[in-house]
Amino acid sequence: MNPIYLDNNATTQVDPAVLEAMLPFFTEMYGNPSSMHRFGGQVGKYLVAAREQVAASLGARPDEILFTACGTESDNTAIWSALQSQPEKKHIVTTRVEHPAVLNLVQHLEKRGYEATYLGVDAKGRLDLDELRDSLRKDTALVSVMYANNETGVIFPMEEIASIVKERGILLHTDAVQAVGKLPIDLGKLPVDFLALSGHKLHAPKGIGALYVRKGTPFRPFLRGGHQERGRRAGTENAASIVGLGKACELATVNMHEERTRVMALRDRLEQGLLAAIPDSMVNGDTASRLPNTASIAFKYVEGEAILLLMDGHGICASSGSACTSGSLEPSHVLRAMGVPFTYAHGSIRYSFSRFNTDAEVDLVLREMPPIISRLREMSPFREGQEPGMLKSGCGCS
Amino acid sequence: MWEYTDKVREHFLNPRNVGEIQDADAIGEVGSLACGDALKLFLKIDADERIVEAKFQTFGCASAIASSSALTEMLKGKTVAEAERITNKDIAEFLGGLPKEKMHCSVMGQEALEAAIKGWRGEVVEQHDHEGELVCKCFGVTDEQIMRAVQENGLTTVEEVTNFTKAGGGCGDCIGNIQKIIDQALGKIAACEVPEAAPKPLSNVQRMQLVVKTLDEEIRPSLQKDGGDIELIDIEGQTIKVALRGMCTSCPSSQLTLKGFVERTLQEHVEPGITVVEVGA
Repeated sequence: MNPIYLDNNATTQVDPAVLEAMLPFFTEMYGNPSSMHRFGGQVGKYLVAAREQVAASLGARPDEILFTACGTESDNTAIWSALQSQPEKKHIVTTRVEHPAVLNLVQHLEKRGYEATYLGVDAKGRLDLDELRDSLRKDTALVSVMYANNETGVIFPMEEIASIVKERGILLHTDAVQAVGKLPIDLGKLPVDFLALSGHKLHAPKGIGALYVRKGTPFRPFLRGGHQERGRRAGTENAASIVGLGKACELATVNMHEERTRVMALRDRLEQGLLAAIPDSMVNGDTASRLPNTASIAFKYVEGEAILLLMDGHGICASSGSACTSGSLEPSHVLRAMGVPFTYAHGSIRYSFSRFNTDAEVDLVLREMPPIISRLREMSPFREGQEPGMLKSGCGCS
Repeated sequence: MWEYTDKVREHFLNPRNVGEIQDADAIGEVGSLACGDALKLFLKIDADERIVEAKFQTFGCASAIASSSALTEMLKGKTVAEAERITNKDIAEFLGGLPKEKMHCSVMGQEALEAAIKGWRGEVVEQHDHEGELVCKCFGVTDEQIMRAVQENGLTTVEEVTNFTKAGGGCGDCIGNIQKIIDQALGKIAACEVPEAAPKPLSNVQRMQLVVKTLDEEIRPSLQKDGGDIELIDIEGQTIKVALRGMCTSCPSSQLTLKGFVERTLQEHVEPGITVVEVGA
């Protein structure tokens, strides 16, 4: 059974053209780009080209791109850099719906003497820009707001955010791991200081990321050691993966139109089909401003892990915002921040597409999902008219 | 992905005894939608006190469904007295084991059974109305439930208690109290160590120091988590004057916070006679 892979916000398949570009660097081209001899030097040329490819896809300059090991490293580097270059400033603004790469770091920093403001979201997962404006202080070192949310696909209005934050002269970081490759981004026009991306979300392999640092933005390295990346990120370059990321960024630009037309049409057809076929289901997040590939759909009265396991039985791979899948006991922090009712939150499934998905796959999912949901609903003690009253305490919020 | 045994998978994919019994003699209901799993157990019990039929409805993950299915299979044919001896461990063992993070699913089975039998005997059972003091507010778990899980399963860490009962798996505020229950069960502290005998009255200085310490260590961190804060204004005898700050000032439940949380915490950590009043500052 061929899997139907609809979990592309978790990770993506490596594009065959990306793999092909990488292969020589595992065999004959094994030189260290820092070496003086031509054997290493020839590898260096490919890294220059890859940096240009990544920069071009973002409207950035090549010397504004640092290669890192992952999106998390890029986020950590940006946040630590902003704090260390402004030691007198002790306040960070972020959102309640960030990826753990940002959220857990900021929570850790709170224990080390920093103050944090977590911006809330409304029921559709949208920020309140007035709340952002009010949160900014004289001692705010950094605002870190994700470009698009990994669970719901909701896109934050980065241009407006940038204009509010930069008007106050405050550094702005955006975790754009889910946005790069799915949305056109032009850093020539968007005045963010830092932008993090991750290779494996756009058909490059795992273990490679990049950080954009605007020219002129003060910078402090996260990894210290050798002179690589002009002293900004020590460690011998992961040549094969850097070349792969370059190729993936080039392909993303080429395929951007398809992402926003054919892939989006697949997503929309699945979403509308499921909502029509399955009563008591709804979309999580703002459909007016959303990644073209993501649908988070909540099915009332059933639990996400059980849904995923039954889907897995049909070879359909997706993910869930339910508690049980993650090993935590509470549903996703994103859905909770949005105030998605518990009747829906536990039964939320995220379908995320890529250009490798097909119409036939959507047909199959549309055929298999309704019986899966009705089967679990038949087992559930809850249903229309038999809803539990409001509990003596809602889980997780006091 | 969870490492489920073949038996768990089998009972999840082909659950036995799903549904309601219209004229059930006993019904046990535990869990809630908010908490992510819930089980409604139906039993038919004959004149010889033998369980002749058992059915269930479950909202929850694969192991919750499998545990419910296992429980109903185990119950059929047993007398009520025999059924009462089934523990959560028996349910987990029937399934060839559960991942440790999923042990609470077997506990839910045991609790539903217990509630059903209690109801059948005519004892009043209200859902969620467990004996004992509420420890985990997020998942509604009492000290007696925790103590029982600790004793029956030989638990020694807070993490294990969370796996079995969910207690401590939400905001984490009750972790210290769970540790105390574990310590008590392990005999590290005597159950009646809590000052039963009237303690010596505190001097003013002692009281002041204890109030400041309790505010800093027990109260402030919790308020700050919600964007609030508290300031100590004055201490007059056993009356503690405070002002609420930050989010607390606009919080509609600030009076609840003041009496239900601040005052109670101070009474517990400093002395029982304490009253807290809010003053403008």
